[in-house]
Amino acid sequence: MSAVSIKGVSKQFEAGVTALQGIDLDVEPGEFVSLIGPSGCGKSTLLRIIGDLTKPTAGTVQVNGKPADRARRDHEYGIVFQDAVLYDWRTVSKNISLPLELLHWNRSRRNARIKDMLELVELTGFESHHPWQLSGGMQQRVSIARALSFSPSLLLMDEPFGALDEMTRERLNAELLRIWQETGSTVVFVTHSISEAVFLSTRVVVMSVRPGQIAGLVDVDLEQPRTNATRESPRFFELVTQVREQLAAAGARLGETQEPALVEDQV
Amino acid sequence: MPKPTAIAQAFWDQKSALWSQGIYTFKEALGGYALGCSLGIFVALLFAAWRPLSSAFMPYAVAANAIPIIAFAPIMNNWFGLLNPFSKMAIAAVLCFFPVMINTLRGLTSVHPSSIELMQSYAAGRVSLFRRVRIPNALPHMFTGLKVATVLSMIGAIVGEYFGGPTEALGVKILNDSSYGNFTDAWAGIVMASLLGIVFYAVVALAERLTTSWHPSARAFHTE
Ligand SMILES: Nc1ncnc2c1ncn2[C@@H]1O[C@H](COP(=O)(O)OP(=O)(O)O)[C@@H](O)[C@H]1O
Ligand SMILES: [Mg+2]
Repeated sequence: MSAVSIKGVSKQFEAGVTALQGIDLDVEPGEFVSLIGPSGCGKSTLLRIIGDLTKPTAGTVQVNGKPADRARRDHEYGIVFQDAVLYDWRTVSKNISLPLELLHWNRSRRNARIKDMLELVELTGFESHHPWQLSGGMQQRVSIARALSFSPSLLLMDEPFGALDEMTRERLNAELLRIWQETGSTVVFVTHSISEAVFLSTRVVVMSVRPGQIAGLVDVDLEQPRTNATRESPRFFELVTQVREQLAAAGARLGETQEPALVEDQV
Repeated sequence: MPKPTAIAQAFWDQKSALWSQGIYTFKEALGGYALGCSLGIFVALLFAAWRPLSSAFMPYAVAANAIPIIAFAPIMNNWFGLLNPFSKMAIAAVLCFFPVMINTLRGLTSVHPSSIELMQSYAAGRVSLFRRVRIPNALPHMFTGLKVATVLSMIGAIVGEYFGGPTEALGVKILNDSSYGNFTDAWAGIVMASLLGIVFYAVVALAERLTTSWHPSARAFHTE
């Protein structure tokens, strides 16, 4: 059973914008899949459709074998947005505790889990801080801890490190990979950074714009665990080039206004 | 205008009378404040929970707010009776209602869309969304309204008393002193009214500090 199964998904907004057209994608349990593409190609929309935060106008989405709305109600996934979306009135601990409260966990179970989560994202000692007392990178770690606190099998991330500086981003990339391996979860990760996509993923989904379609898939066969040395390996550069060329090709096809059928042949 | 020293002297000489008159008026203001603010918060919650209600009734709320309070005062005195403190409470309540309602509503509705999506991702219901996101988000805005309303409630009570009220009321005292040319005494009454207004404001501001100490604006209170 796939962790995520997307069949023939299209999304048209009322304004007449076709954000997505004919998306087919299966994500297997334990995979780390990145969606990459130019801004406006529908990455966020696709992620939100997987999370049942918006409905597709055509097609179906299943998460862990359940329809997306059922999966959401069953808390099958945790989500992380670009801005950490932490509540100012809650301390770090209380922010992590939010989904647990909604799941009616009792206090001692919540506290034990919060402690584990703080260790996981290396924020022990910051439990009673308020979000605005933390740096952007720390806020995003709280957001990841919150998304993982109730042990969902699927983690959806929409450009979680997009607003951070390069150094913080690389540190959090490494941390995310460690967490992914420790928890054994499946990750669908939106980014517009080619190197980030290649470094993190087991598979990169390249998307084209207007309408948003899948232009190609790149299997990332870099060995695990990935380290700073990975970023310097020749294979890493080959894969980065491959993704870049697919992105360029998708853009070029758009420029030549070729038949959409040709794009589908590539998939 | 009388000399400040003369006003201070008059204030000192009449302090016990001023105090009891002040408290009488303050009680009216407080009653109106409680009434107007609770109604304002309640209506804001209704409007936030049910948007069609807001679009249907907001124009009336805005129009009612535009009516000068001077126009309301004689009508309220007539409805409830000049000597009935409720007539002044009603005027104070009308003044307090709008700023509290509009600020609280803004706080309840100015929630970042991704905050709401986050709650949806947890399949949280409407009640949960209000309790855990909208209401805490509204608190700083609500207190802005509540602080403005403290001063407005004192103004409402005193303006109501200008249109008639019992002699134990501060507004009646200020009016009588002025009409007899005792401006020094009238000023002493005004000082009393201001002092009460300031204390009222300070108490609500303190309550704000205590309940919204998490707010980034309270940063100074978090020095470690
Ligand atoms: N709520 C909406 N209403 C109308 N159009 C939207 C809405 N959300 C997104 N879009 C449009 O859909 C397209 C894809 O948006 P999005 O998924 O945010 O792209 P990305 O995340 O890849 O930058 C864009 O053209 C955007 O303008
Ligand atoms: Mg996006």
